[in-house]
Amino acid sequence: MLASLAPASSDNCLTRNEWICGRYYSSRAGELTDALVQHVGIVVASVLLGLAVAIPLALLARRYRKLEGLILGTTTAIYTIPSLALFSLLVPVTGLGQATVVIGLGLYSLTILVRNILEGLRAVPADVRESALGMGYAARRMFWRVEVPLALPAIMAGLRVATVSAVALTTVGAILDYGGLGGLLISDPTFKAQVLATSVLCVALAVVLDVLLVGLQRLLTPWTRTAAAR
Amino acid sequence: MDPDGGRPVIRDVIAWFRDSDHWHGPSGVPTLLGQHTLLTLVSLLIAAAVGLPLALWLGHRGRGGTFAVNLSNIGRAIPIVAMLSLLSLGVFGTEALGPFGRSGLATLVTLALFALPPIVTNTYTGVAEVDRDMVEAARGMGMGELDVLRRVELPLAMPLIVAGIRLAVVQVWATATIAALVAGPGLGRIIVHGYDSFQTAEVVAGSLIVAGVALLLELALALVQKLMDPLPPGSR
Repeated sequence: MLASLAPASSDNCLTRNEWICGRYYSSRAGELTDALVQHVGIVVASVLLGLAVAIPLALLARRYRKLEGLILGTTTAIYTIPSLALFSLLVPVTGLGQATVVIGLGLYSLTILVRNILEGLRAVPADVRESALGMGYAARRMFWRVEVPLALPAIMAGLRVATVSAVALTTVGAILDYGGLGGLLISDPTFKAQVLATSVLCVALAVVLDVLLVGLQRLLTPWTRTAAAR
Repeated sequence: MDPDGGRPVIRDVIAWFRDSDHWHGPSGVPTLLGQHTLLTLVSLLIAAAVGLPLALWLGHRGRGGTFAVNLSNIGRAIPIVAMLSLLSLGVFGTEALGPFGRSGLATLVTLALFALPPIVTNTYTGVAEVDRDMVEAARGMGMGELDVLRRVELPLAMPLIVAGIRLAVVQVWATATIAALVAGPGLGRIIVHGYDSFQTAEVVAGSLIVAGVALLLELALALVQKLMDPLPPGSR
């Protein structure tokens, strides 16, 4: 007990700037949790936003062939713009807040999401469509009951890539003070314990979200499991 | 920062571009653009020198597919900011490295690591997916393994290989921009400096340069990719 009051207490793993430091985890747990929560919030919001925009875009591209080139070309061009520049170009429009980061990341996810939704829907075999028509499925019912379920594996694959990329790119939002774990990374890039802890958390978050999406896909497409088991 | 955005920002951005101070000296656009381009080129060369032979060989043998394909997914999951911080704190350090500027070595290594996955994945896929009948036909004509790779598989895989390099260029250019967030050199410094000094115009001007060059590179490489295809258009 006395040792912790003695001057020797200033010589610990924090002051020695060690990579692994128990004192860091115990004293900064709240800060790490806040950053992690913000990180998850930004990732989820941006992917949902991306999905909400990608679905109508993919349907437009599917219905109007002329629009397909324009839509795919534009989303690819957006993806070409470096994240730091994209966020910054949005600043005059969307301001210096969290919205800029979420919209920027949402725009990035469009490339992969639109492509995968489109490919998934196109891959539905023509004879499956015809049988559904023969069974009296109307266009809307066929879309939800036949086409979307069959396209789900491709859509979920796109969602996984988009989510994992968003986890990594959220850190760049630190320039706007909304970078989740990235904020801790650039607030003091020489603080070893903090840099290591946030980096590991970032990768772990990507893995956890990916596993959750795989689980969701299994729940949504139970037939692929029985087919594999047979 | 300018809160009302819109028109005044555009005028300020034009004024920024016309200010000759921004075009001279160690933090002028030409110097930073040179640094950025040099970093991109050198890291791509390193990644290609390591990745191409490895992926060509794996693709030719049809082995290690899972590894080659998943490498790209792993690459996407690694936060660039984290990698840069880790490497510049580790053995690669934050000292300036000749023309590469501050944190030169750590930045270079990070960029090369991020260029590797698309090159390996695309090259592997390109070679592994060459029509096996063509490969058998080449063997039947008495070609050795090296000739099959060099004269049949490589040319046919070329469009995909160039597509991989194109992805790598986009990735490296973007990563080099982010380097400035941690400690690194390059055009990102204009953007970061703009944020630090609360000048929206500078932030936007820097971003326009970074984004403009990125789009030009992408267009140029898309053209190269088309020119590299040995098969007549529409035959794939």
